[in-house]
Amino acid sequence: MTMAIDLKGGAAPATLNERLLKRHDRRERTALSLLTAPGALLILVVLILPIGWLFWLSFFDASGEPTLANYARMLRPVYVKTFISTFQVAGLVTAACVLLGYPVAYLLSQLSERTAGILMIFVILPFWTSVLVRTYAWLVILQRTGLINTWLTGAGIIEEPMPLVHNLLGTVIGMVHVMLPFLILPLYASMRAIDPVLMRAAANCGATPAQAFRQVFLPLSLPGLAAGIGLVFVLCLGFFVTPALLGGGRVAMWAMQIADNIAVYGNWGAASALGVVLLAVTALILVVLRRIFKVDTFGGAR
Amino acid sequence: MRSKVAIQKISKAYGAFIALDDVSLDINPGEFLTLLGPSGSGKTTLLNVLAGFVRPDSGSVTVDGTEFLTLPPHRRNLGMVFQNYALFPHMSVRSNVGYPLRLRGVPKAELDRRAGEALDLVQMGHLADRGVHELSGGQRQRVALARAIVFEPSMLLMDEPLSALDKKLREHMQLELKRLHQRLGTTTVYVTHDQREALTLSDRIALINGGKVVQLGTPDEIYDRPRNKFVADFIGETRFLPVEPGASGPLLYGRALKTRDGAAGRNEKSWLVVRPERLRWRGGDDDGSNRIDAEATDVIYQGDSYLITVRLPDGAEIDLRRSPDMAGGRLPDRGEGIRLWLAPEHTILVTDHA
Repeated sequence: MTMAIDLKGGAAPATLNERLLKRHDRRERTALSLLTAPGALLILVVLILPIGWLFWLSFFDASGEPTLANYARMLRPVYVKTFISTFQVAGLVTAACVLLGYPVAYLLSQLSERTAGILMIFVILPFWTSVLVRTYAWLVILQRTGLINTWLTGAGIIEEPMPLVHNLLGTVIGMVHVMLPFLILPLYASMRAIDPVLMRAAANCGATPAQAFRQVFLPLSLPGLAAGIGLVFVLCLGFFVTPALLGGGRVAMWAMQIADNIAVYGNWGAASALGVVLLAVTALILVVLRRIFKVDTFGGAR
Repeated sequence: MRSKVAIQKISKAYGAFIALDDVSLDINPGEFLTLLGPSGSGKTTLLNVLAGFVRPDSGSVTVDGTEFLTLPPHRRNLGMVFQNYALFPHMSVRSNVGYPLRLRGVPKAELDRRAGEALDLVQMGHLADRGVHELSGGQRQRVALARAIVFEPSMLLMDEPLSALDKKLREHMQLELKRLHQRLGTTTVYVTHDQREALTLSDRIALINGGKVVQLGTPDEIYDRPRNKFVADFIGETRFLPVEPGASGPLLYGRALKTRDGAAGRNEKSWLVVRPERLRWRGGDDDGSNRIDAEATDVIYQGDSYLITVRLPDGAEIDLRRSPDMAGGRLPDRGEGIRLWLAPEHTILVTDHA
């Protein structure tokens, strides 16, 4: 027993200042975590609390009685139809953005940083203009007496003006214009990160340019493409202004349903329930996208 | 495979910069040829001409009699090891090595067998199922090598493949590369700026500077018979002392110099090639020829040897080594004047231009 105590005493130099240093360590960590406090507070106030409030509201009807009717109502055909049409529009717009955006991002990624930087201005430029202004501009271009129809009828190519707007087509055109940068930017970043020497390596292995693109470049650009697709699709689900103006009442979107519930019926509970469902679906999509691309992107060669 | 390569009159300019200036070079079947030169000398450009990534302005490259310059890179059937390995990050080690075979339509079973054999050859067989990102630099290097040899290419090209490795691993890989070459016998073109690496690996070295082949020869020819001052300077740890032409032969600070080729001096100003390992502490004739007066500025004990820094008459310093147990005399003191001697067979004179 005395031996043990002696031994402990003998080991004293190893614990020299141990407590003091531990205390300093703790204090330092506390101080550092305090730095995140303003950000955390902001997120709490403008994000967590309102969403919680929304969630809370969705369980009450217009007169303030607790109810599940707001969710039950969503099974009605008109809501189901809106839900499906929202996904269709979002899917169409996303697909169009991929078809138009991938080649642009590819071109930009193959140019010198300088040239790409200059051309990138044209991709980002629409960002600096209000969505409302851009949407009205499309109206001017696409409507029955708009630029395209006037030109084409004037040139004698068509006799009757084509229905380019106030329908699904016009909505998709306007939305693609707004959404394209959200696809191109993350895709471009991921393409830039692909080492060009990999394409040489593929050629050296015997790959034709087409094979090298399909088997090396495309798989490596998929994470950026997934990010872009996720961003565009999710933004489309909640898009209001453009479908409202260019859809001409023929394109029913989830966000318009929410607006109607508040503006026309003053039913905050119903609007909140729609918002909660939209949020849940969006989160689900992001999780699924992440799953798919994590498993498939890097497992493709196995 | 052992292909014969003939490079004829290759020129390539980027605007006003001439990367390759009328380069001609024959590579023998099965030879390990190193393109050695400082950065910007054109050695990598020449390698990229062989690989098909750079199209020269004029010239011809034939491999076993077939003109290569009009073939696209993917039809040249060359194995290449890139400077930063260029492994495909989305593929496993096995898929990387199997990729050239997959492109050649090799059936799955045979593909796996041959990829496995290539990986075994570079001692990476046990890591075949790993992802590329899980490997260390040296392991990536080996995988890149396996990918370059798996399809039995007509020629192997290597672009500074060891430059990203640390010194010890680099020296180890040099020996492995040499062994692998001896075993496979593939015609190999190797690019490096490291003269020791070139000396270690090569059958022949083409020393390149300013887009031209300055000297082509075996390692000992390049080292012991440098064609000009640039070659002597680039190879070895070399200092130069000015040599004047004299009536009966070259003179170093007024003393006669006996060279390997007899006392035949040149009639122009030249330089004596001074390399530390060739300097002798004692010896020589009584007439004082081939003597260099110097001063010991530092004597440092380093365990396996003494490092003695010596200041040459022109003020340049050179590091000599002496083993601690060497027979023959005491160590010089710091600041002590010493007389070094250069044996005639190691007395090399060079001029500024070949």
